[in-house]
Amino acid sequence: MARKTKPKAIRDFQQITPAWNVIFNLIAGIFAFMCVFPFLFVVIISFTDESVLASEGYRLIPSKWSLGAYQYIFESGDTLLRAYGVTIAVTLIGTVLSLFMIALYSYAISRRNFRYRRFFSIFAILTMLFNGGIIPTYMIVAQLLGLKNSIWALVLPLAMNAFYVMILRTFYATSVPDALVESGKIDGAGEFRIFFKIIVPLSLPGLATIGLFSTLGYWNDWFNALLYIDNPNLVPLQSMLMRIESSMQFIQQNSANSNINMAAMGSLPQDTARMAMVVLATLPIIFAYPFFQRYFVQGLTLGAVKE
Amino acid sequence: MGNFLRNVSRNKALLFMVLPGAIWFFFFSYLPLAGTIVAFKEYRVSRKGFWASIFNSEWVGWDNFKFLFSTEDAFVITRNTLLYNIAFIALGLVFSVLMAIILSELVSRKMSKIYQTGMFLPYFLSWVIVGYFVFSFLSMDRGLLNQMLGWFGMEPVQWYSDPKYWPYILVFVNLWKMVGYNSVVYLAAILGIDRSLYEAAMIDGANKWQQIRRITIPMLTPIITIMTLLAVGRIFYADFGLFYQVPRDSGTLYAVTNVIDTYVYRGLMTTGEIGMSAAAGLYQSVVGFTLVILANYVVRRIDKDSSLF
Repeated sequence: MARKTKPKAIRDFQQITPAWNVIFNLIAGIFAFMCVFPFLFVVIISFTDESVLASEGYRLIPSKWSLGAYQYIFESGDTLLRAYGVTIAVTLIGTVLSLFMIALYSYAISRRNFRYRRFFSIFAILTMLFNGGIIPTYMIVAQLLGLKNSIWALVLPLAMNAFYVMILRTFYATSVPDALVESGKIDGAGEFRIFFKIIVPLSLPGLATIGLFSTLGYWNDWFNALLYIDNPNLVPLQSMLMRIESSMQFIQQNSANSNINMAAMGSLPQDTARMAMVVLATLPIIFAYPFFQRYFVQGLTLGAVKE
Repeated sequence: MGNFLRNVSRNKALLFMVLPGAIWFFFFSYLPLAGTIVAFKEYRVSRKGFWASIFNSEWVGWDNFKFLFSTEDAFVITRNTLLYNIAFIALGLVFSVLMAIILSELVSRKMSKIYQTGMFLPYFLSWVIVGYFVFSFLSMDRGLLNQMLGWFGMEPVQWYSDPKYWPYILVFVNLWKMVGYNSVVYLAAILGIDRSLYEAAMIDGANKWQQIRRITIPMLTPIITIMTLLAVGRIFYADFGLFYQVPRDSGTLYAVTNVIDTYVYRGLMTTGEIGMSAAAGLYQSVVGFTLVILANYVVRRIDKDSSLF
């Protein structure tokens, strides 16, 4: 690594040679570009005029630009707005709920004087090892709990996560000194008071990391909607993008047989509008990106130290 | 008994804290485990509700498993799941470690940060979005790839109906999504290596390549071993999104895109063969569980602190 104290003219012997530096920059740069390019490409498609798509396909530099796709979405965008609303609601409720449950659970099992700490640690860890699979889970959620077509079917299945519990437990155990809890007790505070007044303020970085993991999980979830949601009013964003796609395919496959479907085709958003929806679904992640990156890298090292 | 009650009451605040989570684990992790018995039943939905459906369905013993393993499906989904995961693990490891070393050796820290920011992006996107990205390249009449084939005078390819390209496409897309994230993990490990090791090596006359081979890679070996073993433990589970969203659920591609997870899903939602796909799910759980335990045992022997439990 370059040291700033050294004069620039003399090459640090710890560094690779300039030629290799160029090669390494190229490799890393090309891969980084490849990772970002598809998003930029979809942005370009979303600003392409629908009329030129049929003749020239998706172009990097289309011959005609247009805002039509976004206009279409905001004019007829009832479905999109509703899907946005569902996703935002699910993400907010879900993140708060899961953070609350995970934080309390992992705090309790991080406390040495909790008599049932071993039992509840194992109770959580075991769930990482086996998995009933989607069929029994589906039966429980849809038939026993009756959550089909309910917003809770999108919130609850992702609310708890044994892996996050273990990460956060390690975080409490290593970064919150026992003496603080003891001093709280001496001052006569109850367990909940100690948790909310002393522990939470101290463990904000850990909680932020888990919160962001949750937020991302809820925002990007489509699987639970695929299983449990039929009601078009409760379809979240990612799932809506999926549904548009499969109805397009269905119509295209069958349009050879009848002309009636052409009418149905016309009512669906065109190519550019769908790409614009992809852009709108991704934008919040791009905006939150600096936070995500910071806390994710932090989260990677968070679970590394074990009790 | 009195003792137990006293203990409970003494710990009641902390017990209240674990209560919501414990209830969740009970309903979403432990109860489904009991539900796996439908793999041994001819499942019929009863109007009287969930319990009635379970109890009134007829026992069929191992019939569901016999049916499953007498079809070609069982072989195909097992093969696909295993081979894809092996490819992901092996290639993912090589590319991630290489990229981490490259990022750590770049002269400009600032450029390294910029590249990392770019590489990290795919990890944050859902498979639905990635599916659209892939479509913008592979669309038969509008995709970028067919346009490029056109520049060279080649015929356009029907990507979404020709299975022979898909093993490569799926491996590529998976690497594209995962390498950036994993290389940042390895990069964090590289940056944690004691710099004095390199200084000592330099004084002894080791050049950069020797330093990478003799210091960086050996120092990374523990974390590489652990990450790989944990991945091997999950080798029987496929990434549902990758195999469902990216090929757009195209039927002609099933031979190379059907994995255990997608098979079970289709049994539940499309074909309605609940018993047989529950059998496939249980088969996955049992083998998967064995592998996780085995992998964890090996990790534990290598490095106690890195094991799962």
